[in-house]
Amino acid sequence: MRHTISVLVDNKPGVLARIAGLFSGRGFNIESLSVNETLDPTMSQMTIVTRGDDRVLEQINKQLNKLIDVIKVIDYEKGDENHIERELALIKVAVTDKCRAEVLSIIEIFRCKVIDVGKAHYTVEVTGDENKLNAIIELLRPLGIREIVRSGRVTLQREARVP
Amino acid sequence: MKLKGSQILLECLKKEKVKAVFGYPGGSVLDIYHALFEHSIKHVLVRHEQAAVHAADGYARATGEVGVCLVTSGPGATNTVTGIATAYMDSIPLVILTGQVPTALIGNDAFQEADIVGITRPCTKHNYLVKNIAELPRVMREAFYIARSGRPGPVLIDLPKDIINQTAEFSYPEEVSIRSYRPTVKGNPRQIQRALDEFMKAAKPVIYAGGGVVLSNASAELHALARRLSIPVTTTLMGLGCFPGTDPLCLGMLGMHGTYRANMAVTHCDLLIAIGARFDDRVTGDLRSFAPEAKIIHFDIDPTSISKNIKVDIPVVGDCREILKDCLAAIGKKKVAPRDRKSWLGEIAKWKAGHTMAYKQGKAIKPQFVVEKIYELTRGDCIVSTEVGQNQMWAAQYFQFDRPRRWLTSGGLGTMGYGFPAALGAQVAFPGATVVDIAGDGSIQMNIQELATVVQYNLPVKIAILNNRCLGMVRQWQQLFYGKRYSHSTFEHHPDFVKLAEAYGAVGLRATRPDEVEPVIRKALAVKKPVIIDFVVEQEECVYPMVPAGAPISNMMLL
Ligand SMILES: Cc1ncc(C[n+]2csc(CCOP(=O)(O)OP(=O)(O)O)c2C)c(N)n1
Repeated sequence: MRHTISVLVDNKPGVLARIAGLFSGRGFNIESLSVNETLDPTMSQMTIVTRGDDRVLEQINKQLNKLIDVIKVIDYEKGDENHIERELALIKVAVTDKCRAEVLSIIEIFRCKVIDVGKAHYTVEVTGDENKLNAIIELLRPLGIREIVRSGRVTLQREARVP
Repeated sequence: MKLKGSQILLECLKKEKVKAVFGYPGGSVLDIYHALFEHSIKHVLVRHEQAAVHAADGYARATGEVGVCLVTSGPGATNTVTGIATAYMDSIPLVILTGQVPTALIGNDAFQEADIVGITRPCTKHNYLVKNIAELPRVMREAFYIARSGRPGPVLIDLPKDIINQTAEFSYPEEVSIRSYRPTVKGNPRQIQRALDEFMKAAKPVIYAGGGVVLSNASAELHALARRLSIPVTTTLMGLGCFPGTDPLCLGMLGMHGTYRANMAVTHCDLLIAIGARFDDRVTGDLRSFAPEAKIIHFDIDPTSISKNIKVDIPVVGDCREILKDCLAAIGKKKVAPRDRKSWLGEIAKWKAGHTMAYKQGKAIKPQFVVEKIYELTRGDCIVSTEVGQNQMWAAQYFQFDRPRRWLTSGGLGTMGYGFPAALGAQVAFPGATVVDIAGDGSIQMNIQELATVVQYNLPVKIAILNNRCLGMVRQWQQLFYGKRYSHSTFEHHPDFVKLAEAYGAVGLRATRPDEVEPVIRKALAVKKPVIIDFVVEQEECVYPMVPAGAPISNMMLL
């Protein structure tokens, strides 16, 4: 099972090493990770995508909570699905006269942007959830992707909807 | 009041009521030692930094206070790692102060620089690098608080030399508040009630008590509960002494070298109440056949211990003593009578009678006999530490511990070389007590240099070497599981331990025949000096009962 876990930590040197060390030392896996300062500069928010069976995921949650620098742990898959998640990818696609139109139409459909144009390539910026990123990558792949970089995931709890 | 960093450090120790520091000086901590020179805090100069940590650990286990040690940067700091990992595995509260190169040099591969904060991250409860003198009092206050609260553990503070030399206003924070650290102390009342209901319903309950009972000083409460509900108690290696070994309800130790009745009782019980224990693999053996018929209740301060290895039916997170107190209070009011335990206790008595721990004394000294004699001649009134291996298991099996904090052993990490410096630390805490290290001839050589320390400080520790001329526990596994190929487990050369003791200024004694055992122990106990007794014991003796690693604990090889 794959879980997205958000970890609120003290914004101090060495905290990332503690979290990374916890995962490597106990044989847990990190599929993706993002870290950033929060509104309150004394805290950082980490979003970790991890995988394991129920027992492992329970341990991950508890072990994270046990670290002295960890303020709060939210496992988004545990409660209701009330959260939003986004990832970002930059994709460098080779373009030739033959496929230029097709590339542009894919970009159009996915509502993403071309942020750099070269003689024979476009660099495309796409944000969305993981499925959307995977979908556009699959469509562009046959046209010739030269490079991809993807960010870690970021998540935010949804506010209660106005009735 | 403006003070230098080194003085602030010592003032903080005073505020924490630290009575003894175990340490070893060097370049980065010279300023601290300069301040220590005229300070009232007692400092014990060990002969190796690993021993400083084990000594602080022994001090902490025996007293229940936080043990403190002080070492220099680089090699001084790295020498502490085994000691720290030992304390971490057994949840022992320590504060380790390490010197560090000046902040401007950190990261430059400076002379005697080691990233000790990085190195010890996975084996400390928490650690700090102090980068600002103004933080020092708060860091010290937090470190002691973290070390002793919740599930205790070692905390390391790395002190760069320039920081220690700066001056600052000193005031010690009265309160400590860490927003991200608030251990649960009180158990959830609803969970406690559910547990109590099970206590009453069960026909064949067993309490499985671990080191957490010792750490939370919950022995009296455990005893009261077990008595009140007539529930038999087995303890882990770490829990020995938390329930009186001579009490009729005591089943002895469980697990790989546990008693027959303890392992049978756990295998056949219908309710297992784990208190401050963590279902270690040396206890459970094959997990699928561990307490297979039982509902499992688990009291523990550390949520990560719960359902880590075995699915728990009723977890109660909190301090064991608080939870037990709440249980007793609830039972006291209700005047409930538990179910009749006659048939269950009868079954256990049969297991006990069927398989005693008797051994046959031949011409050579049996190691078990030595342990029994030490118990008999001290009347159990002593602090016992052990090394690791057969010596440790025989000490656990043949010495009866009626009180907690009298048993110092490296349970989790299994560190050879632990016992002697731990005994040293306990003797510093209780100068008048009898302190005995039950040792192996291999292990004792891992921190033998501390003989100089015990002689210098006149710490009359008694070292009883069960000398089998080999790495007994390794030899035992090779004998039983590796077709008797004794690969590199036999010592072809040993020092003369009697002369060695004498060379250090301690007393050396030897027994080679069974009839020499008693007089030699009497002599050792009578002298007010450190003593090594070299008991030349039977080489081939094995520790029984034994459960092969990973097998069901009912699958016992018996004596
Ligand atoms: C530091 C360390 N190294 C290695 C081991 C592995 N080990 C466990 S028991 C043992 C043998 C100990 O021999 P000895 O101290 O003579 O005790 P005995 O078993 O003979 O009583 C060894 C080598 C260990 N536990 N600790």
